[in-house]
Amino acid sequence: MAASCDSLLPLVLLLCLSAQAVDRSNFKTCDQSAFCKRQRELKPGQSPYRALLDTLELSNSRLSLQLINDNNKVRLLLELYRLQGNMTRVKINELKPLKPRYEVPDVLLSHPITEALSVVAQDENSLVVSLGGKDQRLILSAQPFRLDIVEGSQVLMSLNSRGLLAFEHLRTRKDTKSESEQATGQENVEQQTDEDGQIKEDDDKPGMWEETFKSHTDSKPNGPTSISLDFSLPGVEHVYGIPEHADTLKLKNTDGSDPYRLYNLDVFQYELHNPMALYGAVPVLISHSTDRTMGIFWLNAAETWVDISSNTAGKVRVISSEAPQTDVRWMSESGIIDVFIMLGPKPADVFTQYASLTGTQSFPPLSALAYHQCRWNYNDQEDVKTVDQGFDEHDIPYDFIWLDIEHADGKRYFTWDPSKFPQPKEMLQGLMDKRRKLVAIVDPHIKVDSGYKIHNEIRSKNFYVKNKDGGDYEGWCWPGNAGYPDFTNPEMRTWWASQFAYDQYEGSMENQYIWNDMNEPSVFNGPEVTMHKDALHGVWEHRDVHNLYGLYVQKATADGLIQRSEGVQRPFVLTRAFFAGSQRYGAVWTGDNAAEWGHLKISIPMCLSLGLVGISFCGADVGGFFKHPSAELLVRWYQAGAYQPFFRAHAHIDTPRREPWLFGPENTALIREAIRQRYALLPYWYQLFYNAHRTGQPVMRPLWVEYPDDFATFSIEDEYLIGKDLLVHPVTDEGATGVTAYLPGKGEVWYDVHTFQKHDGDQSLYIPVTMSSIPVFQRGGSIICRKDRVRRSSSCMENDPYTLYVALGSQGSAEGELYIDDFHTFSFEEAKQFVHRRLSFSANTLSSRNLAPDSQFSTASWIEKIVIFGGSQPSSATLKSADGTESALEFEFDSTLAVLTLRKPGVNAAADWTIVLR
Amino acid sequence: MTCLHLLLTLVFAVSLGTPVEIQRPRGVPLTKKQFYEESKPFTCLDGSRTIPFDRVNDDYCDCKDGSDEPGTAACPNGSFHCTNAGYRPMFIPSSRINDGICDCCDTTDEYNSGAKCENTCKELGRKEREVLQKMAEITKEGFLLKQQLIEEAKKGQQEKQSKVTDMQENKKQLDEKVEALRTVKETAEQPEKEAKERHLKAWEEQKAAIRLEKDKAKMAETFLELDDNEDGFVSVSELQSHAELDPDADGTLTEIEAQGLMGGAEQVDTSTFESVWPKIKDKYHSEVSREEADISLCLCVVQAQPTIKTPEKTHEDEEAMPPYDADTQALIDAAQKARDDFEEAEKALREMDDQIRNIEKELSFDFGPDAEFTYLYSQCYELTTSEYIYRLCPFNRVSQKPKYGGSETNLGTWGSWSGPENNKYLLMKYEQGTGCWQGPNRSTTVKLTCGKETVVTSTSEPSRCEYLMEFTTPAVCQEPANIDPSPHDHVEL
Repeated sequence: MAASCDSLLPLVLLLCLSAQAVDRSNFKTCDQSAFCKRQRELKPGQSPYRALLDTLELSNSRLSLQLINDNNKVRLLLELYRLQGNMTRVKINELKPLKPRYEVPDVLLSHPITEALSVVAQDENSLVVSLGGKDQRLILSAQPFRLDIVEGSQVLMSLNSRGLLAFEHLRTRKDTKSESEQATGQENVEQQTDEDGQIKEDDDKPGMWEETFKSHTDSKPNGPTSISLDFSLPGVEHVYGIPEHADTLKLKNTDGSDPYRLYNLDVFQYELHNPMALYGAVPVLISHSTDRTMGIFWLNAAETWVDISSNTAGKVRVISSEAPQTDVRWMSESGIIDVFIMLGPKPADVFTQYASLTGTQSFPPLSALAYHQCRWNYNDQEDVKTVDQGFDEHDIPYDFIWLDIEHADGKRYFTWDPSKFPQPKEMLQGLMDKRRKLVAIVDPHIKVDSGYKIHNEIRSKNFYVKNKDGGDYEGWCWPGNAGYPDFTNPEMRTWWASQFAYDQYEGSMENQYIWNDMNEPSVFNGPEVTMHKDALHGVWEHRDVHNLYGLYVQKATADGLIQRSEGVQRPFVLTRAFFAGSQRYGAVWTGDNAAEWGHLKISIPMCLSLGLVGISFCGADVGGFFKHPSAELLVRWYQAGAYQPFFRAHAHIDTPRREPWLFGPENTALIREAIRQRYALLPYWYQLFYNAHRTGQPVMRPLWVEYPDDFATFSIEDEYLIGKDLLVHPVTDEGATGVTAYLPGKGEVWYDVHTFQKHDGDQSLYIPVTMSSIPVFQRGGSIICRKDRVRRSSSCMENDPYTLYVALGSQGSAEGELYIDDFHTFSFEEAKQFVHRRLSFSANTLSSRNLAPDSQFSTASWIEKIVIFGGSQPSSATLKSADGTESALEFEFDSTLAVLTLRKPGVNAAADWTIVLR
Repeated sequence: MTCLHLLLTLVFAVSLGTPVEIQRPRGVPLTKKQFYEESKPFTCLDGSRTIPFDRVNDDYCDCKDGSDEPGTAACPNGSFHCTNAGYRPMFIPSSRINDGICDCCDTTDEYNSGAKCENTCKELGRKEREVLQKMAEITKEGFLLKQQLIEEAKKGQQEKQSKVTDMQENKKQLDEKVEALRTVKETAEQPEKEAKERHLKAWEEQKAAIRLEKDKAKMAETFLELDDNEDGFVSVSELQSHAELDPDADGTLTEIEAQGLMGGAEQVDTSTFESVWPKIKDKYHSEVSREEADISLCLCVVQAQPTIKTPEKTHEDEEAMPPYDADTQALIDAAQKARDDFEEAEKALREMDDQIRNIEKELSFDFGPDAEFTYLYSQCYELTTSEYIYRLCPFNRVSQKPKYGGSETNLGTWGSWSGPENNKYLLMKYEQGTGCWQGPNRSTTVKLTCGKETVVTSTSEPSRCEYLMEFTTPAVCQEPANIDPSPHDHVEL
């Protein structure tokens, strides 16, 4: 829910009444953000930086040397690391900053493992460093300073090749200089006596020491601190990532427009197709060409802008003498330059590399992958019960019902409204009896109210963020005047986590999970609806940590859910704000979208972009948050949402009710069918999330990830792959009578999962659609496990049998995996209690083989049916069990569609078995 | 695989107090028992195929219609029958078999899930009987009340109908009376008008004579004023002292202009002044008194702005019209009386019309098939919650008022009956209430249930600005079915 309008808040109301769409004037353009304007005024050219090769220090895994800015004589320290897994880390900081500059903690999993570096050549103006394997080298040029990463004779990436390295060093304010010189004289004297002479301060530019936006003044006690660096990517036309933006999958050229902005903001009724910042930020950019996939991870949590410039932008792709190249420039307001260059070369390698730095997607409990029913707000316990019954009456499965802010007593999170939810445990027990669950919202703004325990404890423990004058920072949010706990403080996070214990959070039970909203943080009366940059988190300014705040909120909450179960249960926490690494803590959604076809369409590239940078558990509010969807839009959104990782319907409080059965029996049936398709495919989703958790490979993938050589896939964003085996092309146009899906893969085949029809790959296929159509194709060569007995919640299905859908490739073979565990605890990790099997079909033999022999888990599930597409009619089918017994299987063959159905193999899903067709 | 194959079930049913065992496959209702014969192959109930009987309930779906798996969850479209002896038999979707949730009170749906279900049929049956009994009582009493309501409504309706008929009769008479009085009035008004006109004309003439005399006096007075040297003549130069008489309004009255005013003469005596006077009298300022000049100026203003005020009152010169003579006054009095009589009759007619319209409006409402909802008309019912007082005035409007002060909000005005097709009288819809911010106009659905009393029992706002009100009334009580004293002892077998 947005920082929109609470009737209690006249100020906000005023702000919102005018807004039918985003009020752009509430948010800064680059020109209005002083550092961005300063940085962007710097044009490509000769860099003033020079590497001082005589300062080179090389240990086994670290190379360092000094850089000097010949204009002002300020020295920087450059550090280079070779990291395990084909990555290079480049760090640049001031050699002697007046005080420490912020380095982002808690995002990297641990200290990245380094590998040996060696200097292989050196002359007076350059240095060649071997990056190990595959003839990769890093060439450091001294004057002007630049870095080139090359493989053989090919330049993969250049840094500062356009001379846009800019590092605003810490300085004392001119009007107070004489004073502070006396105070910190020693340092300055030292610098002044440097051989290169005196430090020359840049002339003050507007906004260096104070900046005002609308009615808000940023006091900037540290003055200008921004940093910038450019990266050139020869041969690259396609770059992706740097979410969150409501924009295309392929990033656009920003020449002549604003750069993409990364600054977590609560944007009321956001607009589509522009580079404005949204709720979350992941400063990771992925480049892709037919030759190579690479990534740039700019580890900085301050306000950041990214300029993209491509020499082929807007041009038809013709063979030209000019090789394509994309230039990327990062600009951040504070902190240091700390960048990880992930060299691929394949998409999967980049995902592995990034996962090794920031971790993988948390493995959610199975039910979190099922369907979620949300609304702002389910009014009271009775309402919850009625909606729960509605699902049963209409035979529609769901796992989670959600409670938004109105459930709490006066928006005091961790409490329940005594008149609307007098017996929360009774309500939760009622849901538990149906094997269902609930999510309640807990936002990070805490009502300032001396009668509120949470507030009193935070205040007495001094855990609130401070304002620039040292008092508790206060801002307006849902409860009125609110404080903001300092989630960057580990003690605060520990305390926060402890509040989720069953004896602390009254009325909570084990089937209640948590939703963190407004954690950008949203401050209704703050600059750009967020916190003042000069607010203080301990010694650090909010400016330094802004984009990290939301990650910490979700982390502390997820920790709380783990701890309340004494480490047994996997948590489920949804967040709106996020940063690099947020994938470790739960799910994200794309915030407050609207019931418009454009918003349905954009949900695909938005989630794909997140998946590329590690956050797989992504979804958009089904139906659209603001406004009232037509029945057609709602049905189409359910159909699309059923095939996106996080599947939740949500609606604004001012919209008419829209539970699935309120749009007439036909639409109810269509929505029921979409949700049932989701439930049947849960085994596949679950296995993909397990895979994402283990390997960092995204669940929802752009086509180019699996078809990196097929140029035609590079800009596709109206269809995508789930894993590598399902291709989905949702209908996202009003009144559509058909869609044109691109089926990739020369020589490959695809099967329509609903009609079993076979189509060749490497073609654009027109598919006529009706209201019941959800175009989904299974890749020939894959085996997908489903549970076709759809029940009222995923928990009810845990012991149900599997049906294997074997789609034969053009070579007559297929492979797939089956993953089973208890679906909700950490036992899979801590006690290796799981089943992980490889299913393969070749030479008319289908077998199930153990992929994890050291694991063990017993399941009641068995194999109920096997459906094989694209084969021929056998004369017999023989099942060989692990104990050597053989039995004949009955089968049916549909010769028109070439579909073979094997009846009831009946083997346990965890067992070894083979079926031979003759 | 832990699932059972063919499972036959023993059903204990209670009929006339004697337990009877009836064998049939799990999940099959007695009515379909004949299709499931153990000794014969099974044909799917849709006739699509025939399978060996051991594939019935073998936990694999062979029939498209799901009929081979009445007792397992294997078919997506199957249904399971539970006998629920002691309570009510029912069908549940196959997907609820062995899902760990107790759906059938006789526990038969959870035979292999490990769910600990208790047989609650007896208890449920007892409770249901109690509830049904209570409801039956309410329905019975309510239905009786309803009969009274219908009776009253019919009586009321008839009364109203006949009242309308009477009134319409009366109205006809009134109409005639009004017309008659109109004629009387018009007849009386004609001589009145003529007499008044006569009187006025005489008065106008009299006024003109007075005005002429006054003008003459003023002229003589002016002549004397102008004749500064008192030689009995007004000369050009004497006239020139009065710049206000300047015809071209350039501020000075030249000799030629003055001469022009005097008709070319050098001077004029009192008799020739008579021809000069009309040209100057409008502009002339008396030398005697400024006040007089002001008054004349003021007069100009008054005359320039016609008003409804009678000139008598604003002009000091003009005296009030003399009273009507006795004859005229008599005519006026007669006409006034005729007018009053007419207006009174007309008012009575209008009131009669209003009354007829109101009754007709009431009669035009759809008060139900037997007019049983008539008694709700022009009544209001309130419910006070923790925050608000809700008020339902059936066939009129619904409103909400904060309990502790604040203005009333209209939650909708009467729209229509909107219950399901088979009984639209179960729901009332009130629409077009006060608008919501960024939302629709408020509206309220009123759900009617049978009750002895007419009460609003609850209100809620399921969707922002869409209210739901529950309302009990005897008017929706259905005739109780012919009472079998213990309808639920009889279980389907």
